[in-house]
Formats: sequence, C-alpha cells, structure tokens
Amino acid sequence: MDAVVLPGGFSYGDYLRCGAIARFAPVMETVVEAARGGMPVLGICNGFQILCEAHLLPGALTRNQHLHFRNRDQVLRIETTGTAWTNTFQSGQEVLVPVKNGEGCYVADAATLDRLEAEGRVVARYVGGNPNGSQRDIAAITNEAGNVVGIMPHPEHAVEALTGPSLDGLGFFTSVLKHLVGAPA
Amino acid sequence: MPRVVVDVMLKPEILDPQGQAVANALPRLGVSDVASVRIGRRIEIEFTGEPDLDRAREIADKLLANPVIEDFTVHLVDADETAGAHS
Repeated sequence: MDAVVLPGGFSYGDYLRCGAIARFAPVMETVVEAARGGMPVLGICNGFQILCEAHLLPGALTRNQHLHFRNRDQVLRIETTGTAWTNTFQSGQEVLVPVKNGEGCYVADAATLDRLEAEGRVVARYVGGNPNGSQRDIAAITNEAGNVVGIMPHPEHAVEALTGPSLDGLGFFTSVLKHLVGAPA
Repeated sequence: MPRVVVDVMLKPEILDPQGQAVANALPRLGVSDVASVRIGRRIEIEFTGEPDLDRAREIADKLLANPVIEDFTVHLVDADETAGAHS
C-alpha cells in the first residue's frame, strides 16, 4: 500500500456527525497507523471529515453557515507546496475545482488556527467567495509531517475536460506520484 | 431499567446556523421574545446490566460528541422519564 485516498460520499449516512462512525471502520486502524508512519493520505470532502474525526488532522467540519448545500466550481489558492499532495503546484497558484458539500465549514479554536498558519499547514484557501463559512477561508490543511492532507473541494472532479471545469485537480495526484518516486525506499 | 442520557451541545463559541434558522422563523409564529436558539442532541443509552455513568462518559467522549466543537453531560433517568415512554 503506497498511498490512500479517502473519497467523498456520505459514509454511514452521515449519522451522528459526518465521518464520526466511519472513523471506527475496521480499515481505519490500518490507515491511521500507516499515516502516522508517513504514508500519504488524502481525504476529500467526507474523507476530510473522517480524517478530522480520526484526529489525524485538527479541527472539525460543520454545517455550512448559510445551511445550503453548495455545488459550484470554486477557485482555490494553493498556499503550501510542501506536502505529498501539492508538491507540483506553485505557491500562490490559483486552481479551479468543483466544491459540493453541506457540512464543509472548517472550524478550530483560535490557537489551532494560528498554529496552522504559523507552521504553513493551510494547504488551500477559497478565493472569490467562501462557499461554506470556513474560518480563515480554509479549504485544505495538512498534518505536521505533510503526508496527510484534507481538502473539502473535489480535485478528482477536475482531471479531464469532459467532466470537469479544468484539469487543475490532476496536480494533487501527480504530486503524490512524484512524492512516491522520490521517496527513499 | 434506568437509562443514561447523554446531552450533546455545540460549544458556546461555535456558531449554530440551525439554531439561528429556527430563531429566525419564530417571528412568523408570532413569537417575538426569544433571544436565541441552540440545537443539540439527546442520546439515551440502555446497558445490558446496571447503568454505568463512567462507561457512558467514555462512549460520549470517543463517539457521541466531538470534543473539538461539542460539550456533553451525562445523567441517569428512570425508564418512565425517557422520551420513548412519553405518550
């Protein structure tokens, strides 16, 4: 197992809280252990929620502030290229990917937010309008080691012209390939 | 058999958009004296043996509540006080 992507969806019906029950799915024990050992893990949408519930990432995702499900193409600014999933982007690069969530409002206490900013762990921010009320326009964050990334929008839906608004999402996946090829055996 | 009730509420500093939406709807019912509404979750737990508050706290801390955004309290109630027993 070289890397894991926890995809979007509504695991366990989003019962209790999004990701709260999925966090205790049998496979998560292995995923958490491997993530702590440095294996790249990307959580998208519901996957991001699961990573927060599993304490691999700080903070939590809550109901969109305006209470509406938001589905649109969204500009993001890549803030950090020092992760396994963003090393082929330029710092400050703007990308266009779909966002579609009902509970994507990122919250954490002020100390956690300040630490994420200070340590360069805000991976991407919403540009041109915050679709869900996330604090400090945060769309994606990473852990201290940079191998675990959670992102609320959907880079996997911006990988070909027929179905996506751009090809910008490909960068996340070419990044992990580059990371794995360059990683010491 | 007594049950353990776990009440889960968003921490005071966390915005509760659902509660706000309900509060904003109240004037349409002619209610104008409500300052705020916060929405939480009540969970009733029945143990196979004696009710165990410490165990309930552990369950609440690990699963029922997310300590990042929520607080919880636990207390015992008699069976006839639980929601399911109400007519």
